[in-house]
Amino acid sequence: MTLLELEDVTAGYGPVQVLDGVSLSVPEGGAVGILGANGAGKTTTLRAITGVVRAGGRITFDGQDIRGRRPEQVAAIGIAHVPEGRGTLADLTVRDNLRVGAYLRKDRKGVQEDIDYLLELFPNLKERYRSAASALSGGEQQMLAVARAFMARPRLLLLDEASLGLAPSTAKNVYDAIRRLRAESGIAMLVVEQNANLAFTLVDSATVLETGRSVLTGSSAELRGMDEIRRAYLGG
Amino acid sequence: MGTFIQLVVDGLATGSVYAALALAIVLVNQATGLINFAQGGMAVLSAYVAWWFTTLGVPLILAILIAVLFSFVLGAVIERYVMRRFERGDPDTAVVVTIGLLTLITGVCGWLWSYNNRQMPSLFPLDTVQVLGAAISVRSLGTIVVIVAIMLLLQALFLGTKLGLALRAVAINPQSASFSGLPVGRLLMTGWGLAAVLGAVAGALVAPQLTLTPGMMDTALVYALAAVILGGLSSPLGVVLAAWLIGVLENLAAVYVPFIGHDLKVAVPFVLIFIVLLVRPQGLFGRRSVVRV
Repeated sequence: MTLLELEDVTAGYGPVQVLDGVSLSVPEGGAVGILGANGAGKTTTLRAITGVVRAGGRITFDGQDIRGRRPEQVAAIGIAHVPEGRGTLADLTVRDNLRVGAYLRKDRKGVQEDIDYLLELFPNLKERYRSAASALSGGEQQMLAVARAFMARPRLLLLDEASLGLAPSTAKNVYDAIRRLRAESGIAMLVVEQNANLAFTLVDSATVLETGRSVLTGSSAELRGMDEIRRAYLGG
Repeated sequence: MGTFIQLVVDGLATGSVYAALALAIVLVNQATGLINFAQGGMAVLSAYVAWWFTTLGVPLILAILIAVLFSFVLGAVIERYVMRRFERGDPDTAVVVTIGLLTLITGVCGWLWSYNNRQMPSLFPLDTVQVLGAAISVRSLGTIVVIVAIMLLLQALFLGTKLGLALRAVAINPQSASFSGLPVGRLLMTGWGLAAVLGAVAGALVAPQLTLTPGMMDTALVYALAAVILGGLSSPLGVVLAAWLIGVLENLAAVYVPFIGHDLKVAVPFVLIFIVLLVRPQGLFGRRSVVRV
């Protein structure tokens, strides 16, 4: 069952065309990676899905056409976006960031249960529960960004460069927690990641973008076996 | 001693009016990053609305409540249909638009109700009460009480409710907030509406004293901006304290420093600003903005 489907999606910023025909699909409960060089359009693909940039082509989620919807409308149908640079709300505490994540939910009890669950999953956040997000380390902020997105109980999580700027061991911790989140919740994920080795620990399949076009799609095992993928993204 | 207490209380009262206007400016600035120079004009328009309803025989308190409601809608509409186009663009353009709005609203008030002084009835009697041998005006006390109560309500709204949390989130990062499903546009309208309400209260409280004219709030706006700079744009509490300080100092200086007198007292807060900005550019209570990479 396909949850998210992009067909021949185009997008850009003003006169600059960044996406020139991106097609990919994420099955219900699946995790799909987007690989590609800098400027290939990975981040823009996610931004096109959540309506941050205007897009052409077809974007369907759960059978509905969602192209052209505003970010808050996209959030309301069950897509949570963890943007590049994390987007944590700096002056708010960890607790308030999580409450903002649950803004659309009405089930108080469920919200508290999810907060407890996430604090257990990310023990660092538990220690910093009453601190401002701006006082957290980079890794903690990334964990908070993921936790906040999860608070919305989305069906699909868009994850943009979760390892950016983190020490390798911290990045691995973040991905371990995300993998556990996926295993325990069954949430679908679309993952942009510069570090392909890290991405392959999480995703089942991936699409490769080149200058705004999807050029190749395959399972993680297939892609890892390909020479050109190894050379370009896996460091030999 | 009696005169001194009297001057301080009166200073706190006018300071409270500046504080309400200054808080309105801070509210809009936190949400949208721009300074709304039309805040004073909007307050005057609301005061006129209240006055106009009293001339129709509506009881004063009800007339003020109607004006407060009107201001909320006015603020929201101005955000949605005027400022929205400029919020994402060049901030300088947006500021010029607010100055244009100030001129426009002042003109509309003059056109509808003429430039003659109108006598707005006061919520409080003109009596005085004796405190420690000083005759304190009930109007000053009432003004202080009403504005402090409104500030506490606002504080409770921002820190204790889901709407307040959402308003704070949008002020920090609208795009990131929208990813959690927050209706950014409607929240910005709410923020502008609340700011206009603060202005309306300030207008209704100060109008009886200044008498109602289209330019009534011009000086108050200048003082409010002074308080905003002095207190620091990022600190609502600092802004309120600064506004009180300005109100009190201005009153005291006029009486106790002979060469200043009533003509030069307007210069007092600006000398203060000049000194503060030399020493602490972020204001007395503001945070230095740090850009992290």
